Amino acid sequence: MKRESIVPAACAAVTYTVLCHPHHHTVFIVLTDGPGNKDDITRSKNEGKELSKEEKQRLRKQKKQQKKQKERKNEKSETEKEKTPVSLLPPPRPVATQKAPSALPAPASAPIPVPASAPFHSSPAPSPADKPAKSKAELKAERRARQETDRAAKQPGSSSSGIKTKVPLSELNPVVKRLPEHVQVDDPAVVKRLAKKLERQQIPLRSDYGYKVSLFSHLHQYSRKAPLTQQLSIPSTVIHPSIVRLGLQYSQGIVAGSNARSVALLHAFKQVIRDYTTPPNEELSRDLVNKLKPYISFLNQCRPLSASMGNAIKYIKKEISNIPSQCKEEEAKTKLLTCIDRYIEEKIVLAAKAISKYAIEKISDGDVILVYGCSSLVNNILCEAFEKSRKFRVIVVDSRPRLEGREALRRLVQRGISCTYVLISALSYILPEVSKVFLGAHALLANGYVMSRVGTSQIALVARTFNVPVLVCCETYKFCEKVQTDSFVSNELDDPDDLMVTRKGKTQLENWQDVSSLGLLNLVYDVTPPDFVDLVITDLGMIPCTSVPVVLRVKNLDQ
Amino acid sequence: IKDKLVEYFRTQVRQDPEVPSAVAAIRTLLEFLKRDQTGETILGLRENLTQTIRRLEEADSSVAVSSGGELFLRFISLTSLEHPDLSQCKKVMVERGELFLKKISLSRSKVAKLCHTFIKDGAKILTHSSSRVVLKVLESAAADKKRFTVYVTESQPDSAGRQMADKLQNLNIPVTVVLDAAVGYIMEKVDLVIVGAEGVVESGGIINKIGTYQLAVCSKAHNKPFYVVAESFKFVRLYPLNQQDVPERFKYKADTLKAVEDLAEEHPMIDYTPPSLITLLFTDLGVLTPSAVSDELIKLYL
Repeated sequence: MKRESIVPAACAAVTYTVLCHPHHHTVFIVLTDGPGNKDDITRSKNEGKELSKEEKQRLRKQKKQQKKQKERKNEKSETEKEKTPVSLLPPPRPVATQKAPSALPAPASAPIPVPASAPFHSSPAPSPADKPAKSKAELKAERRARQETDRAAKQPGSSSSGIKTKVPLSELNPVVKRLPEHVQVDDPAVVKRLAKKLERQQIPLRSDYGYKVSLFSHLHQYSRKAPLTQQLSIPSTVIHPSIVRLGLQYSQGIVAGSNARSVALLHAFKQVIRDYTTPPNEELSRDLVNKLKPYISFLNQCRPLSASMGNAIKYIKKEISNIPSQCKEEEAKTKLLTCIDRYIEEKIVLAAKAISKYAIEKISDGDVILVYGCSSLVNNILCEAFEKSRKFRVIVVDSRPRLEGREALRRLVQRGISCTYVLISALSYILPEVSKVFLGAHALLANGYVMSRVGTSQIALVARTFNVPVLVCCETYKFCEKVQTDSFVSNELDDPDDLMVTRKGKTQLENWQDVSSLGLLNLVYDVTPPDFVDLVITDLGMIPCTSVPVVLRVKNLDQ
Repeated sequence: IKDKLVEYFRTQVRQDPEVPSAVAAIRTLLEFLKRDQTGETILGLRENLTQTIRRLEEADSSVAVSSGGELFLRFISLTSLEHPDLSQCKKVMVERGELFLKKISLSRSKVAKLCHTFIKDGAKILTHSSSRVVLKVLESAAADKKRFTVYVTESQPDSAGRQMADKLQNLNIPVTVVLDAAVGYIMEKVDLVIVGAEGVVESGGIINKIGTYQLAVCSKAHNKPFYVVAESFKFVRLYPLNQQDVPERFKYKADTLKAVEDLAEEHPMIDYTPPSLITLLFTDLGVLTPSAVSDELIKLYL
């Protein structure tokens, strides 16, 4: 058993004797501390002075050691009890328990063997992996509880002052902002936690597919050929069928685009609410929110949630929890349904109208407008401007593997707008002709960065070099409290098989999995810094990119 | 009645050449409010006010009149929300209007107080055309016993720079007039550039006499600070993307707009300086960076 202990210098002599014992695989790390450290601490405690950092650390270690001592004693008593009924015990254990008590009582401050990875490379005994981990967690919890009680005891009149300090804080921050956690697939602890959570909610865990490029190994990478719905039993008792359908639509890319996904989500939730009945002895406001949680995890597994979907979910949860308890079920349900309808109407449909109104002012006759990919909002603006008989022509820029520009091209040409179609590699060739660039956004981050389809920041960069104004159109419900300065930390990896292309009967990259040094990267989003964006058109008006946090602040005050 | 108001406006400007045109416009509107007997509803009042503002803009097409008018309208609609009864509303409006006027007439001295500390002893300052705010700033810096020299661009087509030079000479400040074309030549000698503004737009950029833009570009190339001094009533709800995007009605003088058929022949009187070239804006709301202008505007209008 690998063990490591922390010993104050005063006890070095005693521990030396223990170290020499052949069976006792213990490593002692000696702290070089000043004389009478323990006395110092007790003295300063009694004086009520603030402990210095070192002293606090020492105090913590002492407490840990004391707890370990207690644990060891408990363990020892348990194993001793175990010894009598069960004769077959692994040899290191009784040896350790026998030796430990001999070592323990001798020094006053008790060096306690701490189960940890030690530089002392002894063969690891077959001790159960869970036991040391569990005891560590238990000890941590105990220590935290101890610390809390100590802290509370230290402060005079702690409860009243605690409440007093809490109240003005809550007045200052009525809205507690909980930012979405970053995805961390390469951290096993996080993955384990996620797996446990999904197990609790009875949702299957989707496994990653293929080799991931090292810079993005912290993100999920799923294959479209293995949707999560295949792992569900039908009929699923946990997940509502419209949510299952929605999840399939997301993962297969049938419903794509920020607005489309949000609207589909809200419609699916409406169906869920219609089919919902409150179980007996439960309140609708609390139970419905709990019912929605596994659905959201499921949808997250099918395809990571977008910022707009996150905001919509936050709104629905708030509305549900605001339902008064004396409200009857039918009434509550109709109220929720009208809320959702109103949200869609206000934040998406009417916002699009307001944005078109502002944007049309910026389109003058003779303009050559460049658009990228397929943004429902930008297409809307262009169609409205064309109806108001503005004379302009459009250049649609497209990129592989999604080739969304073709959809935008189809919609614009149907209206009769004259369009040109190029791939993104021809961007610097076509830009001298362009007078304005209109871009859509997936989300607008709190530091003014624009998160949009991959390729957008490239377009903004080249347009800035050519001195062409870049306008971003975005509704306010897509404004997100996140802060990001690069495209690595939080992004989405699409199916790498999409990068395979079949030309003249030959499929390039067909066997890319067999080549060990080859990785395919199919990014979905990127972030554009605010210096490349000249103007953001929102339903509140035209604002510079640096004013996004101001709008967020104003919105929070309204809520 | 509208012609009488335009006359009133013109006399205001003539009597006190120091008063900013926006203040004169607001005074005129307040006068209209006092004299107006015909208005029955608040909506009708607003309609009349909007029409008056339009007439005033026809008389003097500067950005300041437009921004002053819009501010007054905004301020009126806020008041009208609180008092639904018309006559009481009018009384409150007139009271608040007077208060507002008093506050903004002090704004120029507030700006001067903020800015003159940025002028150090021995500084060489470059300014453009004739701006009363910049004059006030330099005046207060001189009163603070600072020694500095000023270069003024001639600012064609109306040679406004020469008038500025005369005024500065009266204050005993050493001043030199340079050609508009000599801005690049003189830039290495100067320490800082201070200009006024006719309007401050939502992006944080400014609209000012033609020639300001190239002054800003030159100062950026030489890494000299480019300061703008403007009162807060000059903030206007425009967002030009480039020079072409500035509306026609501001670019030319009011008489030219009425007289001339083909505006492409005329030379514009103003240009737009984007916020990336501006270091700081000194306003009566404080010293702002260009991105803070939008913040202030959102607070005012949203």
